Amino acid sequence: MDESSTVDLQRLKDRALFVRLETLRLTRIAGAGHYSGTFSAAELLATLYYHQLQIDPSRPDWPDRDRFVLSKGHAAIGLYPILADLGYFDVSDLDDYTRLGSAFGDHPDMRKVRGIDFSSGSLGHGLSIGVGMALGARVHEKDFRTYVMVGDAELNEGQVWEAIMAARHFQLGSLVCLVDRNQLGIDGRTEDIMAIEPLHDRFNAFGWDVQRIDGHDVGAIVRAFDWLDDANPNVPHVIIADTVKGKGVKRMELDVGWHVGNLNDQDYEAVYAELVEGAR
Amino acid sequence: MKDNPTTSRLSGSSNDVGDGQDQSDVFRGVSQSASRQEKGSDKGISSQSVPAFVAGMELADMADTDPRIVVLTADLASANRLADFGARHPERFFNMGIAEKNMITAAAGLASTGLIPFVGTFASFAALLGYEQIRTDCAYPGMPVRVLAHHSGMSLGYYGSSHHALEDLAAMRAVADLTVACAADGNQLRAMLRKSLEIRGAMYLRLGRGRDPEVYPDVPDDFVFGQAVLLRDGVDATIIATGSEVHPALGAAKLLLDRGIKVRVLDMHTIKPLDVGAVIAAATETSAIVTVEEHSVIGGLGGAVAEVLADHRLAIPFRRHGVQDEYVLIGPPAGLYAHYQLDPSGIASVVEQVCTAG
Repeated sequence: MDESSTVDLQRLKDRALFVRLETLRLTRIAGAGHYSGTFSAAELLATLYYHQLQIDPSRPDWPDRDRFVLSKGHAAIGLYPILADLGYFDVSDLDDYTRLGSAFGDHPDMRKVRGIDFSSGSLGHGLSIGVGMALGARVHEKDFRTYVMVGDAELNEGQVWEAIMAARHFQLGSLVCLVDRNQLGIDGRTEDIMAIEPLHDRFNAFGWDVQRIDGHDVGAIVRAFDWLDDANPNVPHVIIADTVKGKGVKRMELDVGWHVGNLNDQDYEAVYAELVEGAR
Repeated sequence: MKDNPTTSRLSGSSNDVGDGQDQSDVFRGVSQSASRQEKGSDKGISSQSVPAFVAGMELADMADTDPRIVVLTADLASANRLADFGARHPERFFNMGIAEKNMITAAAGLASTGLIPFVGTFASFAALLGYEQIRTDCAYPGMPVRVLAHHSGMSLGYYGSSHHALEDLAAMRAVADLTVACAADGNQLRAMLRKSLEIRGAMYLRLGRGRDPEVYPDVPDDFVFGQAVLLRDGVDATIIATGSEVHPALGAAKLLLDRGIKVRVLDMHTIKPLDVGAVIAAATETSAIVTVEEHSVIGGLGGAVAEVLADHRLAIPFRRHGVQDEYVLIGPPAGLYAHYQLDPSGIASVVEQVCTAG
């Protein structure tokens, strides 16, 4: 029985569109933003928050909640709207996005934003945070899971591999790494800048349970999460999600120019319409 | 000039555990039980030398009643004796291997679940390799991680500059929401560990090489982070010392008394937040100030005190004493301390110069 068949996949697709549209709106407030690396992660973020994570927005400090670390902190612009939508704070709070004194910066600050489990922004740190959280679960004898989303180019950071080694050494079966494999760094393709493939083999060689999926297929994401319940509980898990940087907007897809960018008013309307149309 | 050989770092005796460099010491560490034997033995070991690597035992005692305490190290459990903690609380002890960045960040992750992690490794690696992790993952999010940075300064002697930490206080002092303190001996370290549970946010604790001479005969229960300790009073000058230089500063004060110079000695254990009041009092009640630290003269204790003097327009004879802007010679610690005038007689001559020049 495929559990994903009972999941409202259309709702997850709708929430992924919501992430993209909110990213457009908030970038307009800031004047520039990380469009494309957020668009690549939209389905992953939506499926995590509207399907997978065991969380309670009324109790952001609930000790038994699942943890989520957005190691690629520059995608926070897509996470804040989800947290607002779930009730961690008022949607109207986001109107201050990046303005002087705002709680909401380009990278998330756990001391300022309810629902953020850890501050991030410096690439390469998040998986180590996750290792600590998973060890913490063990010390506290709790069974929450820790999910960490890393960018693909971030895997060039040596600290990530320290964490990958440690997670296997300590048999952290409660740790789940999501790789947003959107192909691009800032300067170009990861395989041209500093190659990271073959990712499946590399994680496998470090002793991780590896899945590789289409990161824009919410059904595939749900099935990958379902697999975790049956997988080896004594090894950490990685879901390599093949994605397209800038997914949903033709001019942005796999174009390095849109890692950070800003649409003018006319293009804003066109891109908005393209996203809505594409989600149908 | 006559110095007490049992307190001098210049004695040169291989039995004086505060002086020479025995490579096996570094990696074997000094266990608490061994130290007790040594302390009372008649092998010629200074009765004033005590092991400072009491953190493992002290934290194990604290953890008996405090379930929040966890300990991490990077393949140095035997050198820093955090193995003593691991033996008693194996489920709360994590050897992270030679991967300091992952260790410090993982400690922050542990802290986010409500634990209080103590993280031990050589000061050079903790502070300089792990600097961004301390700032970004511990201090910035307000995680109660306690970094135990041992073998600080040039206490690793002829291991060379890769293993020295003469810049760590300058680096750490610039980090917001980070308490920075230096333990003068094992008893003060015990007090710091206990009181650290009352401090919010992250902390950098700078320790010596584990066999530092005793400054405090008992655990100072009245220890307060941010409050300097007046160890000796005088009017002609104040020596403001921290960590490993507190003991030789006291030795220098004794030498100077013989020369008719009455010196106040402050143990400025906390570099941040600095005890500004104690600095102002020293500048107004005594005739000169000399800061002494096993650290570069740039940005550490000397820099912090200089900022207070400048901010308060306190123009008095002043000298920052430490290592000048350089990588130090190769040699055993005792030789280095003598060469860089960080032993009692060297400190005494610097203070005397400042007093007479003033």
